[in-house]
Amino acid sequence: MQLFSALAVLREGLTGQTGWRRHWRKATPKPRYDTVIVGGGGHGLATAYYLAKRHGITDVAVLERGWIGGGNTGRNTTIVRSNYRVGANPPFYEHALKLWEGLSRELNFNVMFSQRGVLNLAHSPGQLDGYAERGNAMRLHGIDAELLDRDGVAERAPMLDFGRDARFPIEGGLLQPRAGTARHDAVAWGYARAADALGVDIVEDCAVTGLSIDRGRIRGVDTTRGLIAADKVGVAVAGHSSQVMTMAGIRLPIESHVLQAFVTEGLKPMLDTVVTFGAGHFYISQSDKGGLVFGGDLDGYNSYASRGNLPLASDVAGNAMAMMPCVGRLKVLRSWGGVMDMTMDGSPIIAKTPVTGLYLNGGWCYGGFKATPGSGWTFAHTIAQDAPHSLNAAFNLERFATGHLIDERGAGPVPGHQ
Amino acid sequence: MLLIPCPWCGPRAQTEFHYGGDASLRRPALSTARTPADPALVDYVYLRDNPKGLHQEHWQHAAGCGQWLVVARDTRSHAILGSAPPGGDPLSPPGTDDPAA
Repeated sequence: MQLFSALAVLREGLTGQTGWRRHWRKATPKPRYDTVIVGGGGHGLATAYYLAKRHGITDVAVLERGWIGGGNTGRNTTIVRSNYRVGANPPFYEHALKLWEGLSRELNFNVMFSQRGVLNLAHSPGQLDGYAERGNAMRLHGIDAELLDRDGVAERAPMLDFGRDARFPIEGGLLQPRAGTARHDAVAWGYARAADALGVDIVEDCAVTGLSIDRGRIRGVDTTRGLIAADKVGVAVAGHSSQVMTMAGIRLPIESHVLQAFVTEGLKPMLDTVVTFGAGHFYISQSDKGGLVFGGDLDGYNSYASRGNLPLASDVAGNAMAMMPCVGRLKVLRSWGGVMDMTMDGSPIIAKTPVTGLYLNGGWCYGGFKATPGSGWTFAHTIAQDAPHSLNAAFNLERFATGHLIDERGAGPVPGHQ
Repeated sequence: MLLIPCPWCGPRAQTEFHYGGDASLRRPALSTARTPADPALVDYVYLRDNPKGLHQEHWQHAAGCGQWLVVARDTRSHAILGSAPPGGDPLSPPGTDDPAA
């Protein structure tokens, strides 16, 4: 692997930038691997990287239907946080956050992880009490959390509407200072490059069309580039988990929904943290290019269309205007949709399946990006050991039958909690 | 904006409707012993076919006539292929599944 360093940048600057090479090989699939990962998004690539790095399993292929960074990895709003409260969530997401903190160094690739904080607004004394309780739960898990009063919020985010005649006046907020944002596709590229350097084959333009199963055991995958045999197959295709797992005859507690995101024209720096609205569903940050990146709710009906509809865009804009009216005259440059695996309790699945040697990583709802390093780390463990790590043991498929749901919002079995 | 054909009111904007999810699900008979792990009940509550393509789904014309309906919609394109009263076939020609006919 060609390492990035100040010296390398200087050398290339003096030689016309002619020495950079491809960051990963364009691999042609071999007929057989120890382990095949289906899905070349952040989660699949991180899984391959940790399989090679932590478990010494390097005879691995990552199969990607499109191109690296072209799926949901490049479609999210890049927020990273661990401000969870329930069950297995806080330790899992905190583990992921700790991996984020060392990720650029670990991968020798700048993922632009910026710990600018995530600030959840409270709009009533009751909501602020709820955030105090959440913050305490986080601190008991060793996660940083600070409860802010109204003045504390105004100090950090003065552009919000602090008028007492605001539609939802701001009472305070819960801040996680170590949370923040990262450059989303750099995460995929960084993991791809690092996994490739450890011998992993990254195969783009290779769609899986079938799973080869014999007497309850996985034998390999059928693909558009031929049959590939494997002892173990890990599926990390969130958005399309149902589509792949149905090839193994497995129905999932998942519906696919579309989640939109929006970017405005570039501005000078005006928002140096991530803010979420507490009276609706809205989150916003400012990218390093200056555009405001924001999103809200799901469109609310099953969809694989990768694009949403106007009513939700209008709803998101309404949230924005209620929270920070100063954005009202900005132009939206782009909007797009990502296809989300919405599970019936809002929590992911990183688990073994009823088929021996077939593993599932999915159900990320609208929060998969922040989990990427932790997801890959625990999924690699699950595949290598044929048993989950304690961090992901609760994210199993059986919980829906046994009643051990991880329902952070206490909303019951409704995908998207609408 | 989806334009949803309500069997009672005609084509109406999606914002008048509330989404009710997969219409193919059938609640298992309540007479069976319902332990927490009753597989039929678990399947009904949690598992979905989640098709990529034709999806038959419930909508309620909540801000209109209040009636529930079944809509056939393509989840790849959002194209609506037909609608019918609950229990009807949204893909049959209009009128043929009108319970009053």
